[in-house]
Amino acid sequence: MRFAVCKSFLFLLTAGLVVAFPSHSQQRIIPLDKLQSGLHYSGPEVQSLQTDEFANPGNIALDSGIKSWSKPEGKSNKSCQSCHGELVKMKGVSIRYPAIDKATGKLFNLEDRIRNCRVKNQKAAEWTFESDELVAMTLAVTSTSRGLPLQAQIDGAAKSHFENGQRLFMTRQGQMNLACTNCHDQHYGQKLFADPLSQGQANGYPLYRIDWQRVASLERRLRFCYTGVKAEIPPWGHIDMRDISLYLMWRGQGLSVEAPAVRK
Amino acid sequence: MSSARLQIPPRIVQGDIFKVRLLVNHPMDSGFLRDIDGVIIQRNVIRHLLCTLNGREVFRVEPTTGVAANPLFEFYLRATESGDMLFRWVDDKAYIGELRHTLVVESANISKPASN
Amino acid sequence: MRYRLLSRRQSILNIFQTTLATSIGGLWLGSAKAQVDKLTITGLAEARLRTFEEMVRPYVQNQELKKEAVALSLPMLADNGHMVPLSLKIDSPMTEASHITHVYLISQRNPVPLMAKFVMGPWSGRADLSTRVRLSGNQNVIALARRSDGNFIYDVQEVVVTEAACVDNG
Repeated sequence: MRFAVCKSFLFLLTAGLVVAFPSHSQQRIIPLDKLQSGLHYSGPEVQSLQTDEFANPGNIALDSGIKSWSKPEGKSNKSCQSCHGELVKMKGVSIRYPAIDKATGKLFNLEDRIRNCRVKNQKAAEWTFESDELVAMTLAVTSTSRGLPLQAQIDGAAKSHFENGQRLFMTRQGQMNLACTNCHDQHYGQKLFADPLSQGQANGYPLYRIDWQRVASLERRLRFCYTGVKAEIPPWGHIDMRDISLYLMWRGQGLSVEAPAVRK
Repeated sequence: MSSARLQIPPRIVQGDIFKVRLLVNHPMDSGFLRDIDGVIIQRNVIRHLLCTLNGREVFRVEPTTGVAANPLFEFYLRATESGDMLFRWVDDKAYIGELRHTLVVESANISKPASN
Repeated sequence: MRYRLLSRRQSILNIFQTTLATSIGGLWLGSAKAQVDKLTITGLAEARLRTFEEMVRPYVQNQELKKEAVALSLPMLADNGHMVPLSLKIDSPMTEASHITHVYLISQRNPVPLMAKFVMGPWSGRADLSTRVRLSGNQNVIALARRSDGNFIYDVQEVVVTEAACVDNG
C-alpha cells in the first residue's frame, strides 16, 4: 500500500515537473506546418469582409493612419515622414516587434515604439493606449508588411521575455482556471459555444474586431482573453502582455501578416 | 474626424448604369451598448446621407441604429452628365460629413444627329 | 392531480423540443406571412418578435402588397450580429413611368424596427442596393419597396444570428 502510494506520488511529481518545466523550452506544441491564421476559423462573411479591398471595415482606420503619417506634429513640427520617408519604407518593421529598445533595455511592442517616438522625437503629446490615433498609425505601419511572415528574435536580452511569455501561455489562471494553451493548443478547431476556437495567432493584429466595431490592438485582445477566463486584467503597458506577444510571434512563425484583418 | 472612401468605376460612358460604393467612417453608436465602466454610450447615428450631382439629389439613405458601424452603402446611378458629386451626411450630434468627387462621364461613341 | 418534478435536463429538453417543433412547423407552412407570424409564438423568453403586419403596415397602409420582383440576400447564418452584409436586387425598369421610389429594410426583433430607408428614382438606373446591418438575434428581415404607382413589393429572409448585436459584450 505504502509503496503504491509512493510510486504514484513520484509519477505525479515527475509528470508535474515535465509539464511545468518542459525539457526543451523551444518545443512547439503546434508544429510549423499545422499553423493556421484566425482567418481559417472565421466564417465566410468575415472572410469576405477581410478580402474586400475597398469595403474592409478596417480601411477607415488604415486611411486615417496613412494620413497621419505625413502630418507634422508637436514642437518639432515634424511628421513621421520627415524622418522615416515614405510609409512604404516601413515594410518589414512591424514583424521585428516586440523587440528590445536599445535605449531603455525594455521590451517594446510596435505601439510602444510609436508612442515613444512621438514623445521623444516629435516632441508631441503622448498618444494614450488604444486611442484612435495610435491604433490607426499602428495599422498603417503594419499594413506595409502585409504578406510578410511572422518572425521573432528570442535570444539575447529577449530570451527572458520569451520564456516568461511562454510560461504565461502555459499557466492556468483566473476563476475559470484556464491557460491559453488549454484552448488554443489543445482544442483549436473545436467549438466553444457556437464559435470554432482558433489557434490564437497574432498575425492579423491590429485588426477590426466586429464585436468592438473598431480596430483593436493585440494588447487589447490579450486583456480581453484575461476577461474571458475571469482573471485580473493587468494595467495597460504591462510587460506580461508584451512577453506573451513575443511568444506568440515565435509560436506563429511563418504566418503571413494580414492587414487590415477582420475577426468576429 | 469623419471621413469616407468612395469607389466608382474608373471609366464611365454616358448611358452606363454604374455602381457607387461608399464606406463612411462613423461609429453608429446605437445607444444600447455600455462602455467598460458600464455607462451607456450615447446614441449617435447618421440621420441621413445624400448624394447630389450638380445640385440634384440622386441618392438618399436614412439609416437608424440598425445599420452597422462604419456603414457601407452601395447603389447605382445612370450616367447622364459629368459634374460635381457631393456626398453629405448629418448625424445625431449635427456633425456634417462631406466627400466631393468630380464625376467624369465620357460621351457615347454613337454620334447624335445634329439638331437644327 | 399528480405533478412530476422535472429535472433541469428534462425541462430544458422539453422547451427545446417544443420550440423545435414550433419552428419546423412554422417554416414548413411555406408562405412568408405564416413563417413570420409563427415565430412570434415561440415560448422562449426573448425579445418579442413583431408580426408581419406590424412590420409592413406603417408603410404599406392600404396599398397593394405583393411578394415579387425583390430578391433579398443575407447570410443564412450570421457570424456576428454587429455587421451582417445585406444586398437586394429589384426587378424594375427604373423609367419615369415605372420605378422604385423607396426601399425599407425592416427587422423583426431589433429594438428599432426600421433599419434603413432608401430613396431612389429613374436616375438610379437600377434599384439594387447593398449595406451592412445589425441584427439583434435570430429573426426575419423584410426588404419592402415602394413602386412609383404607390403599390408595394417585398421579400423576406430568415437569418440565424449566433451572436446578437445589441447585447453588450465588453
